[in-house]
Amino acid sequence: MDADDPEVLISARGLTKRFDDFTAVDGIDVDVRRGEAFGFLGPNGAGKSSTMRMVGCVSPPSGGELRILGLDPRTDGPRIRARLGVVPQRDTLDEELTVAENLVVYARYFGISRKAAHAKAAELLEFAQLAERAGSRVEPLSGGMKRRLTIARSLVNDPEILLLDEPTTGLDPQARHVLWDRLFRLKRQGVTLVLTTHYMDEAEQLCDRLVVMDAGRIVAEGSPRSLIEEHSSREVLELRFPDDDNAPWAGPVTTGAGVLAERVEVLPDRLLVYTPDGDAAVQAVHAAGLRPSSVLVRRSTLEDVFLHLTGRLLVD
Amino acid sequence: MTTTGTAGIAGTTGTTAHAVRAGGTVPGRAAGTGRALEFWARTYRRTWRGSVVSGVLSPLLYLGSLGFGLGTLVDDGASGGVGVPYVLFVAPGVLAANAMQAGVGEATWPVMGAIKWQRQYHAMLATPLAVVDVLLGHLAFIVLRLLAVSVVFGVVGALLGAFTSWWTAGAVLVATLCGAAYAAPVMAFAAAQENDQGFAYLFRFVLVPTFLFAGTFYPVDQLPAAIRPVAWVTPLWHATQACRDLALGSPDLAAVGAHCAYLALWVAVGVAAARVVYRRRLVR
Repeated sequence: MDADDPEVLISARGLTKRFDDFTAVDGIDVDVRRGEAFGFLGPNGAGKSSTMRMVGCVSPPSGGELRILGLDPRTDGPRIRARLGVVPQRDTLDEELTVAENLVVYARYFGISRKAAHAKAAELLEFAQLAERAGSRVEPLSGGMKRRLTIARSLVNDPEILLLDEPTTGLDPQARHVLWDRLFRLKRQGVTLVLTTHYMDEAEQLCDRLVVMDAGRIVAEGSPRSLIEEHSSREVLELRFPDDDNAPWAGPVTTGAGVLAERVEVLPDRLLVYTPDGDAAVQAVHAAGLRPSSVLVRRSTLEDVFLHLTGRLLVD
Repeated sequence: MTTTGTAGIAGTTGTTAHAVRAGGTVPGRAAGTGRALEFWARTYRRTWRGSVVSGVLSPLLYLGSLGFGLGTLVDDGASGGVGVPYVLFVAPGVLAANAMQAGVGEATWPVMGAIKWQRQYHAMLATPLAVVDVLLGHLAFIVLRLLAVSVVFGVVGALLGAFTSWWTAGAVLVATLCGAAYAAPVMAFAAAQENDQGFAYLFRFVLVPTFLFAGTFYPVDQLPAAIRPVAWVTPLWHATQACRDLALGSPDLAAVGAHCAYLALWVAVGVAAARVVYRRRLVR
């Protein structure tokens, strides 16, 4: 993979971001190809947003190489930003203006003519399912609507890359699904999506490929499926015991499940048994005379991958 | 590159996303300033009514109370007044001071809001606009606001009989420049603040003393000799001298020019400082 390949839209080598003596991003290598949906998955403070701000050319890298659309953000920030769409972590909508005005004003920053800006705004409001609210002020809109408006706004310049920093954080499940649906559409249309998230379901749903970040570093990379295959078992058995502390049960469970337990993780409220066959593991645990108060067998997720790689959960 | 409103995201029927791209262009400095200015002008369309009311009220209150109220005492007093009817003396001073206050007002909370609260600056900086465009666009809007405030002040004052010469038009321009001489450095100050507490200090310890001691209400040579140089340093004193000279109808244009050059220097230094502070605050 090299930075001169026109299909590689974003290329980072040893990319670093330091704030005084704190290193937010610690030498990461990333390539994002045209048309893919690429994710940065990690907990808060992993360095995802700092990475996104560098890619968005609003934060100069402290070290390493970064090329976006073949250009150097240090010298070509405005040229790159003219071709990006940005959905920041915190909305920067103007709440005094109307929904449509927010789009038109933003289009004007890109130098799009007033006429084209109005036409584009109408089109994007349809896309964001906000056409009926075109004339209302932004302030009273729901969180999900504001987020959709922010996404619509990021599309005014028909960006080649869409950067989404925590696109659904703080939204209720229904609003998240509406948003995901819109993002799927963009993906189908071939828009290159780059997103950060600390929701493993979001990463699984949207990303073709992702990197798992922790403490400023990349700890794993691949498709959601390949990451799960590589770093976790096929199934997970979740056990809860009727005690405040589940840790003392880890030993008996490990012994009881025998070869069916590839690994046992202790969480404050439950035990996770990583196993190729969840149902068989349940039987083995029961056969060993253990009586957990609740039993759940499920597929492995990216959360399990993260837990395995870092010993911590994505969302505390 | 052609722009379009119909192709693209929602209008797409085929397999490719953007048959024609709306695209973005990188502006030159003037165009970039204009793009940012347009935003502020557009938001102002929502709030202009309130500002017109206060714009008219301000000269009515100041000139009514000081010019005509206090002025009666001054003109009839034992000191023999200030050489001209007091209202004619004080009106150009208050014109300049009014612009100063408006300039500081526009450069404090709105700047902090654009950084911290509504975050409009951040929205702009995600686009092809550069930090300088964001700064100059906002300052350009403030200057237009100051011009409007000063024109209204001049017109209302003239209707009240506090301005009698056509040279007052020049005084209106000088007052606008005076407002900018305060707004630019205060933008730098505001962008360096973490919260709005500093603004209270700015008003209490800088603005109000300036207002009281920079020659708005009485000639500065009435002050003790030791304090006079402090007044001479303030942009407001220079603006007041130039506005008064102009509004009284027979200006010494060389002196007016010198005062204006001093005000312009403050604008230039303020912009340079704001540019550094903005970059430090917004690009990190």
